[in-house]
Amino acid sequence: MSGGHEHHHGHDHDRTFQPDDDAAGLSEHMALVAAVRELLIEQDIYSAEDERRAIERMDARSPATGARMVARAWVDPAYRERLLADGAAAARELGIEIGPTRLIVVADTAETKNVIVCTLCSCYPRWVLGLPPAWYKARAYRARVVVEPRAVLAEFGTTLPEGMAVRVHDSTADMRYMVLPRRPEGTGSWSEEALAGIVSRDCMIGVALPDPAPHPAPGAAESAA
Amino acid sequence: MSAQPIGPHDLGGAQAGPVETGEHAVAHWEKQVDAMMTLLSERGHLKVDELRRGIESLGPDAYERLSYYERWAQSMTAILLEKGIVTAEAITAKVAEIRGRQP
Repeated sequence: MSGGHEHHHGHDHDRTFQPDDDAAGLSEHMALVAAVRELLIEQDIYSAEDERRAIERMDARSPATGARMVARAWVDPAYRERLLADGAAAARELGIEIGPTRLIVVADTAETKNVIVCTLCSCYPRWVLGLPPAWYKARAYRARVVVEPRAVLAEFGTTLPEGMAVRVHDSTADMRYMVLPRRPEGTGSWSEEALAGIVSRDCMIGVALPDPAPHPAPGAAESAA
Repeated sequence: MSAQPIGPHDLGGAQAGPVETGEHAVAHWEKQVDAMMTLLSERGHLKVDELRRGIESLGPDAYERLSYYERWAQSMTAILLEKGIVTAEAITAKVAEIRGRQP
């Protein structure tokens, strides 16, 4: 909704909102949140510091965490087995905090593509991928990916070969999925770190495939700046 | 997809347009809502299932109209009111106080 192509100059409500010095700009819900937050802090249910730390932990989680797990699974078949058997335990093995929920890792094969969704709300493996993208929580993806996954993937620029099966996994609050994509051809000599670099958030949701093309193979000449 | 939806949140198989694949930054107030849920949950005041019950009870109009974290905010407030952790009077007074802080 923040596309830069629809500026209506002269409408001063287009200005950037500054939360701390523009109380009049608070929407009804922003004011509600600010009020409830202050009441909870006043009652010592939590402190502003607790909140700051919670937001820092939230901001520290990113798809790079899940990508580490995927890359490890690509280079270490025994780890791959453990990851598919118990995603949470395999995450902890790498020192990744995973919370109380189950993490089920579903592996793509030559015949099958996996995709995750939460049709009822927004359940997402946030400990390993960070906060979900807006589209994951929005109506179109949740409604359509379970009935026409190929069409939805095409909207992400991902075209699957004819005959490939697509499995869509519907998450719950207690059971969250992550996709283990296939390691791309031609990456045999890559380091684990370089491999992790091509595993994007969308690859682990299942709407995209790892693309080795833009990344030079290890040992390729560094382009001097 | 023959089953009837159990509520406005039950979207699997519903009619919908194209996926808006663009990125949207999460605003600070939205992170505060998320943190509020995490902290209330960790401290035993609010469960994720209660959050969901609140969201699923919003009614179809509100569910469609509200943004994601607006739904959370409305649900969490309703459950906190239900439990007596906050009161409607205190919220009204606090909202007025916050709006009154404008320079």
